Amino acid sequence: MLHPVVSLKYRNASRAICCCGFALAVLAAMPAGSAQDTPLISGGVGFFTSTNAGKTTYIPIVEPLLAAPLGQHVLVESRAALLESFSPHSANQPGYSHSHFAGLTYLQGDYIASRHFTVVGGEYLIPFNTYNERLSPIWIGNFQDGPLIAPLGLFSVGSGLGGMLRGNAIARRNYSIDYSYFYSARSGNEQFSAKRGNGGRSSLYLPEKRLELGLSYDRVLQGTHENFYGAHAWWEPADTSFRLRSEFARGHHAQGYWVEADYRMQAFGGADSAIGRLEPVFRIQQTFRRDTIVSDGLPPVNTQRADFGLDYNLPHNTRILTSYARQFSSTGDHNVWETGIVYRFLFPAWKGKQQ
Amino acid sequence: MIAKHCVFVVLVLASVSVFAVAAQQSSAPQAKPFKDPTRNQSGDPKDDGERVFKQNCSRCHAAPEGFSPSISGTIVRHMRVRASLSRHDEEALLHFFNP
Repeated sequence: MLHPVVSLKYRNASRAICCCGFALAVLAAMPAGSAQDTPLISGGVGFFTSTNAGKTTYIPIVEPLLAAPLGQHVLVESRAALLESFSPHSANQPGYSHSHFAGLTYLQGDYIASRHFTVVGGEYLIPFNTYNERLSPIWIGNFQDGPLIAPLGLFSVGSGLGGMLRGNAIARRNYSIDYSYFYSARSGNEQFSAKRGNGGRSSLYLPEKRLELGLSYDRVLQGTHENFYGAHAWWEPADTSFRLRSEFARGHHAQGYWVEADYRMQAFGGADSAIGRLEPVFRIQQTFRRDTIVSDGLPPVNTQRADFGLDYNLPHNTRILTSYARQFSSTGDHNVWETGIVYRFLFPAWKGKQQ
Repeated sequence: MIAKHCVFVVLVLASVSVFAVAAQQSSAPQAKPFKDPTRNQSGDPKDDGERVFKQNCSRCHAAPEGFSPSISGTIVRHMRVRASLSRHDEEALLHFFNP
């Protein structure tokens, strides 16, 4: 079980490769910028195992990311996911079956007019709550899998196709207010499938308190029109490595929340000490069914889950992620054990000009 | 079912307590005078860049260990879109990456 957004984005592998090739060709055609503006290739490569109710799944995965500035105001960026999943046969048959997933997570162009106004075009991550945009990359998330409510508000695919306006509406010394508004067109294209809809997010950030509070809303404008509401709160006290993140989301047929706390133990000898590299993580989440229509990717019955994780930050941008979760529902309780290792890479797409 | 809920709640409370104590321990030794994180009191652009980094980038992810200076501008541009940084913040962050 990986990030729900990723698993929902099954695409044809050959088309994905073609699109990546197209993106690379675009990058190659770009004029060279300043000495610090060389296009970059980043991302994560990992190997995950997940034992869910006694069945173990193995997932090798690569998530490459490309970013290329163009002139002084434009950035072209894209992220893809390629993974292979090996899981045991069902019905007590011996052996494993495997499936592969490959596709672009997003491919967008950004025009930065000012701090207050950035225009985004292309296929972009839907800005609903925080998980999809900020925590879904495998080299960022503290847990191998996303929250149970992650599919809510993401139009089934996690990305929109069209345009988005975003920026900083108000920036003061003591607070700032960010906004984003998007409109997505309907698309049946295999590589850029999207639903028609619109929505946005606004958040208030208090830098002294390191507190962020935000609200999200979006609406599907095709088929059965549905509204989704979201709220998030992040608190990261200054001068500590403690972080508390939470989200609530409400859809037409279900709602739920998650709260995640993590603490890197750098108080014990520094961030690079053996103990300081440890990072205990805890997450609690609950989902509630509002009716019996299960079309949103959430569990079919009310579910509670507690995740206990222990991550280890190795040198050279490598993380070991381990966790144990107990999931409670009326259809049965079960354990979820997850282990994984992720390496984050980051390098220039080509050798840049010397300063 | 009630017993399961009780176990669930106990586990939650225990975990929150552990984290609260841990956070308290880490903040306890902070005997330094309070420094307004939104102002660059030293006038050093490096400090300003560090503030921008802590308030925007490291909220989601740890700093990558070492990267080529040739891509520092691209990284900052990427963060400028994600975190709606001002031009001043962008320059401060760039200076922080390339002191």
